[in-house]
Amino acid sequence: MSFEEIKQEAKGKREALRQGKKPLIFVGTATCGRSAGALDTLGVFHRELESRNIDAEIIETGCLGLCYAEPVVGIVKPGRPNIWYRNVSPERARELIDGYLVKGDTLTDYALGSTEGSVEGIPYLFDLPMLKPQVRRVLGNCGFISPTNIDHYIGSGGYEALQKAVFEMEPEEVINEVKRSGLRGLGGAGFPAGRKWEGCRRAPGDEKYVICNADEGDPGAFQDRSVLEGDPHSILEGMIIAGYAVGARKGYIYVRAEYPLAVKYLEIAISQAREKGFVGENILGSNFSFDLDIFQGAGAFVCGESTALTLSIEGNRGMPKPLPRPRTTEKGLWDKPTLLNNVKTFANIRWIINKGADWFAGVGSEGSKGTAIFSLTGKIANCGLIEVPMGITLREIILDIGGGIPGGKVFKAVQTGGPSGGCLPASLLDVPVDFDSLTTAGSIMGSGGMVVMDEDTCMVDLARYFLDFTEKESCGQCSLCRLGSSQMLEILRAITEGKGEMEDIDLLSELGEAIKIGSICGLGQTVPNPVLTTIRYFREEYEAHILKKECPARVCRAFISYRVLPDKCKACMICLRNCPVGAIKGGKKEVHVIDQDKCSRCGVCMSVCPERFSAVECIPGRLSEGDLK
Amino acid sequence: MEYSLSEILSSYKGAQGELIPILQKVQAELGYLPEEAMNRVAEFCRVAESKVFGIASFYAQFRFVPLGRTQVTACRGTACHVRGAPQILAEVKRQLGIEEGETTPDLEYSLETVACIGCCALAPCVIINGKVESKMTPKKVKERFTKKE
Repeated sequence: MSFEEIKQEAKGKREALRQGKKPLIFVGTATCGRSAGALDTLGVFHRELESRNIDAEIIETGCLGLCYAEPVVGIVKPGRPNIWYRNVSPERARELIDGYLVKGDTLTDYALGSTEGSVEGIPYLFDLPMLKPQVRRVLGNCGFISPTNIDHYIGSGGYEALQKAVFEMEPEEVINEVKRSGLRGLGGAGFPAGRKWEGCRRAPGDEKYVICNADEGDPGAFQDRSVLEGDPHSILEGMIIAGYAVGARKGYIYVRAEYPLAVKYLEIAISQAREKGFVGENILGSNFSFDLDIFQGAGAFVCGESTALTLSIEGNRGMPKPLPRPRTTEKGLWDKPTLLNNVKTFANIRWIINKGADWFAGVGSEGSKGTAIFSLTGKIANCGLIEVPMGITLREIILDIGGGIPGGKVFKAVQTGGPSGGCLPASLLDVPVDFDSLTTAGSIMGSGGMVVMDEDTCMVDLARYFLDFTEKESCGQCSLCRLGSSQMLEILRAITEGKGEMEDIDLLSELGEAIKIGSICGLGQTVPNPVLTTIRYFREEYEAHILKKECPARVCRAFISYRVLPDKCKACMICLRNCPVGAIKGGKKEVHVIDQDKCSRCGVCMSVCPERFSAVECIPGRLSEGDLK
Repeated sequence: MEYSLSEILSSYKGAQGELIPILQKVQAELGYLPEEAMNRVAEFCRVAESKVFGIASFYAQFRFVPLGRTQVTACRGTACHVRGAPQILAEVKRQLGIEEGETTPDLEYSLETVACIGCCALAPCVIINGKVESKMTPKKVKERFTKKE
């Protein structure tokens, strides 16, 4: 079948689905939806439709990105606007079937928004504060198509870029277009993608490889997974075009084994693409051949580094190659020229080919073109996945899209770039979000984690947390990274435990600078970033821990105590029963008291005390039994 | 074990590039990597046993003790951390009486941590036998694992 026929068939199916008499029910069942209970909701739809003999089609989709609203369900009734509903629990699913599907009551209270037509009392979906400022390109299909049905992707314009590249463009023209677009590598480092492609094309050798880095390991980031689970073909298409451009015949997707659903969807996508002739020998009848395989990463953060990643595919420990090392584009996998790009970089390619470099570069800032995708999490009202134009300010992301800090708390810092990145304070909220501005501010763009912190987050504890992570993930080759990170961690631990000295702050800075110089890979060189930026912007918190023996955020256990307020305690026994160390004395009708010497400061009592009593408080300072007498 | 190992290996050629996929497959079948199995893999791929052990100990995915019937994985991601993951992990450890990477003597529970499962919006999370339990509190943990007497 020619591509034109494949396309017409897919578009025909799509139209039939849209114009058909059957209602369509979209259920977001990516990992995030599942953890919010989407599979239970899905089960209800299947069972109820069957038992009530309702003829409707259920389509499982990826994630819309509105994680706070999961599980999200979209219902399309013939001749009516499409309505998307939030937090659809099994009970709510039954109500929707009864109310909307059967009776036609739109149940506005549960609605998120509508698309294709308007409904009284329901906003247009893309007018939601969280969606309105977004520019959805890579995420455009996520949540709206089935990731396991290639016809959905083709029906929405998929693989047109591949057809165009292979039949209407020379490889050099493809590379030129990518270069002109200004697309930079979205894995974190921001190396100009076109230049990398050109380097790989020019490297001598007949055997070349294309690798997609889907080893998303930053804690607090899930944007790559969402694209893998929501629109896997967009990545495949980008990789195949890259293969054509650089002259490779084989590609690998290096994906974390911790992402089983992404692996499954990729397997399905590859086999469907092979059936249609987009992958394999003589793609679409041309003389270009390209095959794709999945390699499951076995859980090593350092394997996000290019040389470690290729060593890992070759069956070795993933330890970055020593300096000086040749570029991966010249000598990568099996010592052959290799093009390695991130998931999001590949997912952008089809836009550049279809719409042209100028269109692509129409969005973005001076040195960073196109969009950036972030996982917006932490202490933020609207958690989720967002795609925004490069150059948007942190303030717009956090306050407008994210809806600010919940619970009336005060914004303290935002962390970008995961363990390699830095924490930026409120005074830098107007910094534009792009590669260069964030680097100047002391953080990095990174792969896309954005964790928001409020007054209850202790910055010293946070730095310790990141060090704890990177110390474990250091591959151990460079002494400064291996031992230096342990030393920094020890010092940070001492500070959070009340054993810190003022010299420690300088020692941390000095060690940090040394580790940067003395490590050969991106992991080692960025290990100290969270510590250095928190010292730079939140030095007073370090000083409070050391000089005043105080944790302003009341997180570090060495500096806090819990107390039951006698006038508020209703002697309900809840905290007493839940205390893991048996430190609470009292009884029925007898006000409870915490034994300060036994108390482990875990905070369970405060979390279980019923809100209407709020009888447990956390106070600064470490009390002992003697203090209370 | 002998039978299933041979069966697993029969679908590979024994190239070095297959080492990690083979170990993943062995672990998927046996639940962990017993020493004999690693030795067999080394022989099959014609590499030193130390090489196989080196790989297996380098990557977090591989384990050398059998898994419990109930696998508990606590997420230590940043979003989980700022929303109280340390207290959650401490409570899980207290309830099960084991540290991360360990299995209870009765093989009922095993505990692991993961750097991030990417369910940050639902933090803090614990995964129990593949099912993500979201927005955990120490109380929920306690209710979930009422101490085995």
